[in-house]
Amino acid sequence: MKHFVLASILGGLLALPAHAADYKIMAPAAPGGGWDQTARTMQTALQDEKISGSVQVNNVPGAGGTIGLAQFANQASGDPSQLIVGGYVMVGAILTNASPVTLDQVTPIARLTGEFEAIVVPAKSDIKDMAGLVAKLKADPGSVSWGGGSAGGTDHITAGLIAKAVGVDPTKVNYIAFSGGGEALAAILGGQVTVGISGYGEFESQIKAGELRIIGISSDEKVAGIDAPTFKEGGVDVSIQNWRMVAAAPGITDEQKAAISADVEKMVTSKSWKDALATKGWADTYLAGDEFKAQLAKDIESTSGILKDIGLVK
Amino acid sequence: MDTFGLLAQGFLVALEPMNLLYALIGVTLGTAVGVLPGIGPALTVALLLPVTYKLDPAGSLIMFAGIYYGGMYGGSTTSILLNTPGESASIVTALEGNKMARKGRGGPALATAAIGSFVAGLIATFGLALIAPFIVKFALSFGPAEYFALMVLAFMTVSAAFGESSLRGLTALFLGLALGLIGIDLQTGQARLAFGIPDLLDGIEVTTLAVALFAIGETLTVAASRSSGDERIEPVKGSVWMSREDWSRSWKPWLRGTAIGFPIGAMPAGGAEIGTFLSYSVEKQLARKPEEFGHGAIEGVAGPEAANNASAAGTLVPLLTLGLPTTATAAIMLAGFQQFGLQPGPLLFANNSSLVWGLIASLLVANFMLLVLNLPLIGLWVRLLSIPRHWLYAGILVFATLGTIGANPSVFELGMLLAFGILGYLLRQFGYPIAPVVVGLILGPLAEQQLRRALAISQGDLTVLVHSPISIVLLTLAAAAVIVPLVMRARGRGKVLSQLAADED
Repeated sequence: MKHFVLASILGGLLALPAHAADYKIMAPAAPGGGWDQTARTMQTALQDEKISGSVQVNNVPGAGGTIGLAQFANQASGDPSQLIVGGYVMVGAILTNASPVTLDQVTPIARLTGEFEAIVVPAKSDIKDMAGLVAKLKADPGSVSWGGGSAGGTDHITAGLIAKAVGVDPTKVNYIAFSGGGEALAAILGGQVTVGISGYGEFESQIKAGELRIIGISSDEKVAGIDAPTFKEGGVDVSIQNWRMVAAAPGITDEQKAAISADVEKMVTSKSWKDALATKGWADTYLAGDEFKAQLAKDIESTSGILKDIGLVK
Repeated sequence: MDTFGLLAQGFLVALEPMNLLYALIGVTLGTAVGVLPGIGPALTVALLLPVTYKLDPAGSLIMFAGIYYGGMYGGSTTSILLNTPGESASIVTALEGNKMARKGRGGPALATAAIGSFVAGLIATFGLALIAPFIVKFALSFGPAEYFALMVLAFMTVSAAFGESSLRGLTALFLGLALGLIGIDLQTGQARLAFGIPDLLDGIEVTTLAVALFAIGETLTVAASRSSGDERIEPVKGSVWMSREDWSRSWKPWLRGTAIGFPIGAMPAGGAEIGTFLSYSVEKQLARKPEEFGHGAIEGVAGPEAANNASAAGTLVPLLTLGLPTTATAAIMLAGFQQFGLQPGPLLFANNSSLVWGLIASLLVANFMLLVLNLPLIGLWVRLLSIPRHWLYAGILVFATLGTIGANPSVFELGMLLAFGILGYLLRQFGYPIAPVVVGLILGPLAEQQLRRALAISQGDLTVLVHSPISIVLLTLAAAAVIVPLVMRARGRGKVLSQLAADED
């Protein structure tokens, strides 16, 4: 009996690596959020296009992705089959958390997509448009609670920028952090917070079903398929884009990096990737190689400035 | 078409031979992964997702549902027999279940867990079919203040169940709360008590702590005790089946567990564990023989096992009606839906009703299949205990270690497993209960985040905590859980209460 039990346990454990993926993508956020959706869209596209036989996604949520990043940098080192999804939120979170692990400790491959921030209210809210929100914010900044992702992320930065643009002290923004799309969405739907702020994709199905009302989107110009005014049209001079990227493990060879980059490039030019982006409302902002490296460095520098401006980093 | 017509149509889908086969594969795999600590249903569904891509949507979702229900069931087997909870939702089951197993009553314990899971799964799945829209409204009315009140209730009832030595119980609870502080704080992004160790940034994994305290701690205790023959485990005493008395003591806890687990599972920040804690406390308060608690009371297995299966069905409520995944498994099922171009949410029931009802019907089928598969296996499982002790405990050590590495392959994690194992040994040596440590680790961070969210939204106004009828009711119940025993003691019934005192581990 015990032989049977032990053998079946060992067998079970050994069987797992046998089905192991060609790629293992870490989504450093709770399931349901933007990074999770990016990782799962990659999974589908890589498999659909037969670029990879099997792809696994795992979630390591918390603190703007720095928890996942730290775990990834630790555990994936030198393993060319492991990827991590990240993005602008992570850049901010590394700064606000004074994270010991930074993007220098992974191998950035490419920027993949961009998504605009949307501000939503429950259908029965008395806030009808951007002007209504601004009026409320000016009257009493603390009375407007903003529900979004982790502290110091794009959602938080956008809320701060809006406050600053309309002449309200950004440090007075009453921001409530939730660990992932699902939990924040529940709080917004339940009317627990005044407004919700996050990527458009996270609210899309609720907006279409009439449960949430979108009062503004953070793009420079109106986006096709999204029936909402931009922040600028609403009288708030703020535009911001939440980009997402994919990075590989630290300590891989140049050949391994080139192979991964080639796979990613094949993926972003595929039909299933483009179709998925269209359905999710993500803009294709693919950027790879040295250009991406330079852009990343620029973003890190400017984010550091914005965060200091709005008082999130001392 | 009315609900029953739709459900009947769902059964037509679920009972197709191929779909039955998928359900069978699902429940078998689910039970297997539930048994292994660390490897949960979420990971299994994630592993299978790419494989099922070539199947039709109905078949693969049916298989996922089977894995989900099977995982909830499988966790109880190792909890009861080996004191090694496979999932955090079956930690409470180990408290009474393992005591029963050591008295030769492993059979009835496994049976009440299996049948309780079946009953709860059955009722909760019908609940999902019939009252999902109402339940989801109730769940969304829970804001941070209400969640905080729910956590307070869980704390109070659980500490009331710690027994007479409240000092020891509270000490253990605070140990758990302190461990819960470790990691990055969500609201401010600051690391707390991590001492610059990256592995500690994501906090302490509940299953690692539970497996270490329960299984490793116990193994060390056994190894350290000089006498080797005094506490011989009897594999089977009496029947392996439930007696008439077992049935009469089990059916009410099954129903109560279901009533507690289902709505809590439907809450976006509820979680299966909280339902099991509450169910355990309720059963202890209501039991006809409360003195048996801590020594193998069947109610303490029946209630929590029903609660964790009911909450598994509850999780599907926000998933199907709102597209809100509230557990890791649900999130991956959501990805499964999206893979087939389905968007769970307010429109799913309207746009894809045949698939939704097929899923609900196949949950009922999976539930029935689990019962049929598992009841005959009980006789085989309990014989695990007839393995000589030194081999059995060596096996438990291997099993616990492999499970932990399987979930998180890190040397630091393994070190934590050992360190907490030694902590578990010391707690046992000095007579401190184990369960409150785990309870503190699970509830502490949840309660803290919800309290801080509630106070931030109200801008520091404390009255927000008693602002809604739901929080008032929950807090009143919590106060009653503390005050009623005090009053009973004051009225000279201390003797009865001191008999309630029991070692929880």
